[in-house]
Amino acid sequence: MKYLANVVTLELFPERCSGCGRCLEVCPREVFAKNGKTVRIVDRDSCIECGACMMNCSFGAIRVNSGVGCAAALINGLIRGGEPQCGCGGNEERGESCC
Amino acid sequence: MAVELFDLPGGSGRSTAENVTVVPTEWSRQDAWGRLRCRLFNSVRMNYRVKPGIYAVGAADGRSPVLVTANYKLSFDLLRRELSGFDAWIVVLDTRGINVWCAAGKGTFGTEELIRRIRATRLPEIVEHRRVILPQLGAPGVQAHVVKEHTGFSVDYGPVYARDLPAYLRAGCRATAQMRKVSFDFRERLELTPMEIVPALKGFGIFLAAVFVLFGLQPEGILFHSAFNNGLPVAILGTAALLSGTFLTPLLLPWIPFRSFAVKGFLAGGIATAVLVFLLPAKALQSAYLQAFALLFFPAASSYLALQFTGSTTFTSISGVKKELKIALPLYVAAGAIALVLLVLYKLQDWGIGI
Repeated sequence: MKYLANVVTLELFPERCSGCGRCLEVCPREVFAKNGKTVRIVDRDSCIECGACMMNCSFGAIRVNSGVGCAAALINGLIRGGEPQCGCGGNEERGESCC
Repeated sequence: MAVELFDLPGGSGRSTAENVTVVPTEWSRQDAWGRLRCRLFNSVRMNYRVKPGIYAVGAADGRSPVLVTANYKLSFDLLRRELSGFDAWIVVLDTRGINVWCAAGKGTFGTEELIRRIRATRLPEIVEHRRVILPQLGAPGVQAHVVKEHTGFSVDYGPVYARDLPAYLRAGCRATAQMRKVSFDFRERLELTPMEIVPALKGFGIFLAAVFVLFGLQPEGILFHSAFNNGLPVAILGTAALLSGTFLTPLLLPWIPFRSFAVKGFLAGGIATAVLVFLLPAKALQSAYLQAFALLFFPAASSYLALQFTGSTTFTSISGVKKELKIALPLYVAAGAIALVLLVLYKLQDWGIGI
């Protein structure tokens, strides 16, 4: 299953990529593929913007505005102002619903 | 809030030479019951925890692999259940009772906590090697190279699902491409639907009360038979919208056309409403105002509920959900306003103040 087309903020800077392949390892959606000595994005619309690739790229070759794609969290954020709050807890807040 | 930390099923209360508690790999009846209750009740799910720290499985020794997980007890249970026949260490991070994926998103299953926990559990003294295995879905919270720098431990990202761990471990900690992918099959979606239905019931209660008052309200006061006779078809349509948004749409997700959850929910709710309006006895929804209300309001409600499921899926992105909300929220507000006007018109007609 794929989500909306052409919305994802994922960027890869090939000039910084060392081709180590760590991003291929952590990506749960097979967004990247090895392309000779570097990596390229092969399935951009599958990206869920989890941020795993960016976090684990020690060369700073990947950028993505990561976050959780959860409507409840975004609506909560709109109502209360500020950041999305998913209410899944973890901030020792009252829990509502989601993950 | 007082949080209950579950007594770990120590069985005989065995510990290793390093004084680490040995946990069984089988589930007790309580563990299975706990899983079910987590899927049904928020209050249980939010407080289902094990104590962070280190645990042993089998006859773990200095060469045994180290698996890292969250302190949501269900995450811990799913992990240890797969380790039958293995000798291993389990390091539990303090994620405040949240599962690996969500905690990684919040950063509580994260670099800092992992570094802290490796030190606090005295892991470098317990094992001879310098590797820890993390679930792949913990990667959004962890910078493997920073962990290595601070602790000397390299991070291996294991399979997404605990069920693939035995094969991964037997293959010498190698994950196949298949193990790296998230799935979202029928059963997984089914297991998550109660968490959509149960929270929606609160709003549904308010809806039923409103239907009762609105349809019971007559110039003579609130009449029960009027509330029942006229309100019942609307209550039935409401139930259908609830189920179509929280149950049918999640289950039939891949087969409902369009990628947008709001559109999928609208379609499912629209079809359910149209079919019911057709099936209900003609006198149930005589008023054209009421029919128009039903065909507008219930598909919109189903759409809204379906949109909530984005948070439970494994393939939505925050940019995508933002886009959906930007378009859908104003439409929901407009649909709600028009629906209200239609109801007022219906009521005026009902009272014979006719327009």
